Amino acid sequence: MRSFLTMLGIIIGITAVIVMISIGQGAKSSIKGEISLIGSNLINILPRSTDESGVTLGVSDMQSLKMTDCEALLQDTKYIRYASPYFSTSGQAIIGNRNIPTTIYGVNEDYLQIQGYEIAQGEMFTEESIAQIEKVCLLGESVVDDLFCGDKSAAIGSIIRFNNLPIRVIGVLKAKGSSAIGMNADDLIIAPYTTVQKRMMAINFLPMIVASGIGEEFSGNTVDEITAVLRQQHQLSPDMADDFEVMSMDELLDTIGQVMDTLTILLAAIACISLIVGGVGIMNIMYVSVTERTKEIGLRMSIGANPHQILMQFLIEAVMISVSGGVIGIISGIAINGIIALIMTMMGSSLSMIISVKSIIVAFFVCSLTGIFFGWYPAKKASNLNPIDALRYE
Amino acid sequence: MNSSSIIRVEAVCKNFQVGDEIVKALKKVSFSIMAGEFVTLMGSSGSGKSTLLNILGCLDTPTSGDYYLDEISVKTIDKNQRATLRNRKIGFVFQSYNLLPKTTALENVEMPLFYNPTVSSSERKKRAMEVLDLVGLSERMYHHSNQMSGGQQQRVAIARALVNNPVLILADEATGNLDSRTSYEILSLFQNLHKQGRTIVFVTHNPEIASFSQRNIVLKDGHIVDDRMNPQVQSAADVLASLSIEE
Repeated sequence: MRSFLTMLGIIIGITAVIVMISIGQGAKSSIKGEISLIGSNLINILPRSTDESGVTLGVSDMQSLKMTDCEALLQDTKYIRYASPYFSTSGQAIIGNRNIPTTIYGVNEDYLQIQGYEIAQGEMFTEESIAQIEKVCLLGESVVDDLFCGDKSAAIGSIIRFNNLPIRVIGVLKAKGSSAIGMNADDLIIAPYTTVQKRMMAINFLPMIVASGIGEEFSGNTVDEITAVLRQQHQLSPDMADDFEVMSMDELLDTIGQVMDTLTILLAAIACISLIVGGVGIMNIMYVSVTERTKEIGLRMSIGANPHQILMQFLIEAVMISVSGGVIGIISGIAINGIIALIMTMMGSSLSMIISVKSIIVAFFVCSLTGIFFGWYPAKKASNLNPIDALRYE
Repeated sequence: MNSSSIIRVEAVCKNFQVGDEIVKALKKVSFSIMAGEFVTLMGSSGSGKSTLLNILGCLDTPTSGDYYLDEISVKTIDKNQRATLRNRKIGFVFQSYNLLPKTTALENVEMPLFYNPTVSSSERKKRAMEVLDLVGLSERMYHHSNQMSGGQQQRVAIARALVNNPVLILADEATGNLDSRTSYEILSLFQNLHKQGRTIVFVTHNPEIASFSQRNIVLKDGHIVDDRMNPQVQSAADVLASLSIEE
């Protein structure tokens, strides 16, 4: 019983460390998963104010990106596989007495490959449709569900209105799913970019270009190449800053990964405070144990134990208490993880709880260190006892 | 130098600092004990016998003079070497037995062998069983100390003292906590061990014990005041037998 109470601090500390690390790793995985849902190979190119006027403009007001930029990215680069102009506007999609708020995206044929969409039924619009500024579109599955009760065949060929503009549905996209924070990748309409640009938004500049590279491993090269091509396109001299911004999802993932790792370490460090409390408990009980067993220590010395052997005996006892507490803590940490994951599932959240083998190994290592650190002083005290005095101790 | 001496004490002095005063517990004590002797070291409280016992047992070192155990100068060795010497050369028997509670007789007897790396775990058990047999406690091997009488506990303690085959058995008031009958049983055991060739030093303040040993050394005020052979050694077994007849 006394040993269990001594271990309790370590048990609680290790349980907390395991759970905190699991939450941190799970959150990191979920966030990365959301971004992967968008497309981890994705690159967004946005206009940026050069700040010369001292006035910061909103992104929507900046007009430094042109159609020729998109064409140059497709033709003059080796690290870009797909590129599409990107217009977006929100509004109401209506058919008959059904309507749904959604967003329409003006893109080219590359968009499907960039975002990883597939066509479930119908067809994608062509270059000719783009050139003809045709009023055609493809619907995401959520929009089909809301406007056509999920009947894809009924959707194909029908005319819907988006912000009062009638457009014909020529295709339906396959479902891509939702992210952990409820971002619905199927709640969208895509149309030729010229249609959205001219018939809906009436703008003549490019708000954004979306592109994807030839591979995640080349993301650094891809970003560098895009920057070089666009600087040339925009005729920027070496002393001038970029008037655009290249945002690679890979780099964003890495940054998020690092941030989440730091957060996880912070959480675990806070949990370690209870480990310190547990360690003090061990030190206290070992100190009491040494006092209670003074005569035994004297006896052991008289029959031939040297000071080092006495030190090791008590140090090992301290480490055993600490490691035993650690093992129980690891088991209870895993159990609590399971319970939290079950509750999360019941609440409809897809936040995962990841138990990493590394965290278990680290927890074990930390326990041993705690036992050694906090067991050292009482063990040293035991080894320094005078055997004559110890034998006389009552 | 006599090559068969187990103990050789040469002008040993031991002083203790008590506040501002220096207490001289031993004042130039010299004697030798040969292999196979059974010696009683006697003295009243304050005579210096406990101090001498601690020095003989390598638990303490002299302030001056020298002490040779089995021809090894204890003055020249360090703390760890003294611990090894205690383990291999000396077997202690204490007044209060000093057995570990919640531990079997066998485990108590094995204890000195844990600190002897030359002995394997199987050899350890074998030797412990042999010495328990020697002291007549084979059937109590797996009993804990609280399941044994005082006499049986002291036998276990004697077995523990013998397990490393030491050159010297050092008994400190080994019969002090026992009734008279059991005391004679233990003394009989010591006499048997002596007959087998063991060297025994029995420290006591009880003059009755002196009659059972071969030689008596008497301490007073830190000096040896008497050191003589016992012309008629009494047999503890005979005394035990006569006690049985009387009962």
